Amino acid sequence: MPEAENNLVSIRDLHFSRGHSNIFNGVDIDIPKGKITAIMGPSGTGKTTLLKLIGGQLKPKKGTIHFHGENIPSLNIKKLYAIRKKMGMLFQSGALLTDMSVFDNIAFPLREHTKLPEAMIRDLVLMKLHAVGLRGARDLMPSQLSGGMARRAALARAIALDPEMILYDEPFTGQDPISMGVLVKLIRSMNSALGLTSVIVSHDIQETLAIADKIYIISQGKVIGQGSPDEMNESDSPWINQFVHGEADGPVPFHYQSISYKDDMLSGQ
Amino acid sequence: MFDWFAKIGENTIDFFARFGREVMLFLQTVAGFVSLIVRPALVIQQLYSVGVRSMLIIIVSGFFVGMVLGLQGYNTLVDFGAEESLGVVVALSLVRELGPVVTALLYAGRAGSALTAEIGLMKATEQLSGLEMMAVNPVDRILAPRLLAGIISMPLLAAMFSAVGVMGGYLVGVDMLGVDTGAYWSQMQDKVDFDQDIVNGVIKSFAFGIVTTWIAVYEGYSCIPTSEGVSRATTRTVVYSALVVLGLDFILTALML
Repeated sequence: MPEAENNLVSIRDLHFSRGHSNIFNGVDIDIPKGKITAIMGPSGTGKTTLLKLIGGQLKPKKGTIHFHGENIPSLNIKKLYAIRKKMGMLFQSGALLTDMSVFDNIAFPLREHTKLPEAMIRDLVLMKLHAVGLRGARDLMPSQLSGGMARRAALARAIALDPEMILYDEPFTGQDPISMGVLVKLIRSMNSALGLTSVIVSHDIQETLAIADKIYIISQGKVIGQGSPDEMNESDSPWINQFVHGEADGPVPFHYQSISYKDDMLSGQ
Repeated sequence: MFDWFAKIGENTIDFFARFGREVMLFLQTVAGFVSLIVRPALVIQQLYSVGVRSMLIIIVSGFFVGMVLGLQGYNTLVDFGAEESLGVVVALSLVRELGPVVTALLYAGRAGSALTAEIGLMKATEQLSGLEMMAVNPVDRILAPRLLAGIISMPLLAAMFSAVGVMGGYLVGVDMLGVDTGAYWSQMQDKVDFDQDIVNGVIKSFAFGIVTTWIAVYEGYSCIPTSEGVSRATTRTVVYSALVVLGLDFILTALML
């Protein structure tokens, strides 16, 4: 692989199935260092599963996932935990620990993994909170935060240990336009200011196209399109066209598969 | 025909696989106790929510059970003119049987269901995944302190139940029905043996503490992470705990008699 140097994560021939349904059927994905890579696709194509595979929470049936040259599925739990300190993950629900305040949530990974004095932890936490604009909300409990604020607090926690890569699971879903704008700006600025590598899993086309450097579109267990946002917009593949422009009918039919309408209506007596 | 055989085979394999996973998780959780040495605060917090907050229901129930024992015991014994032995009847029933068993049943309803719901909701809201991605092992962090707190709490709660029950029996038997105070206490002292009776009860409540807390923690950890899944898991915790406690009680009694 000639360009392997520039890739922080490279996934080769990934197969994964849950029960009897195949989620991934030979997926190859490269995530370049320092860039924002978006992984898109309709709901239920296993985008979140892909993030869990990268994070080592699930094991693939076949294939390799290299992060920093280490094959994640083959790591033992100790090495896996060591490597996860280099990754941050932003969950769809935020996943803040509900029994502690925002401040303690952000301080949690620092207290767990470092021996820093409490005064320094305080400074670090306030810096992270300031970066997401929630320094004033430090004493609130997670239940008192709005959805957008919870996601920003979770983002502050994800960057607490200064990871090299952040995985965003549907960061824009269910956000009002203002928090959506805030998140778009934050993801973009975090990426350039902290030199992060970002992976966004999403199906919000406009926001994602606006910030991603590289896009993969997944459907039915395969990568069906990849390239820059412009290439996606101008793609002549009917499938990508339907997805990017949100058309109701196309290669993905409007109707769930069934026998013909006429036969169905006539078959009832 | 062959489908049928295949089905049996599949279910058997499934059963053993699940059993194996459960045993592995149990061992990992017990191994996680080591990590709690440096974080005693986690256990203390759970001792409070699992143990201390169960005290009210345990004490009130213990008192009523003791009063009922006093009443029923007196009514039976008085026919034989043996009401002086009321203290022994009350104390032995409590220490050997009712203390550990009723405490475990109440504990499963009060603390076990809460543990399952809490852990299940943590799973549903991705908090457990979140911990894993922060390189914090949820088995050590969430399961281990809860299991340990349950194991410590149960014998103490059962002891409180029995002690309060003896008081309840005293109130009814001595204060209300007129059994002699001296006889109530001295017969109890004479006939309740430490090695035979008290240790017996403590062993039982210790065993119940392990199984009920483990069922609660496991059901929460392995539930389907939806509102329906959590609700089912909570129900299962109470049902399984009750059945296992009653079954195990019979086995332990048979072994220790």
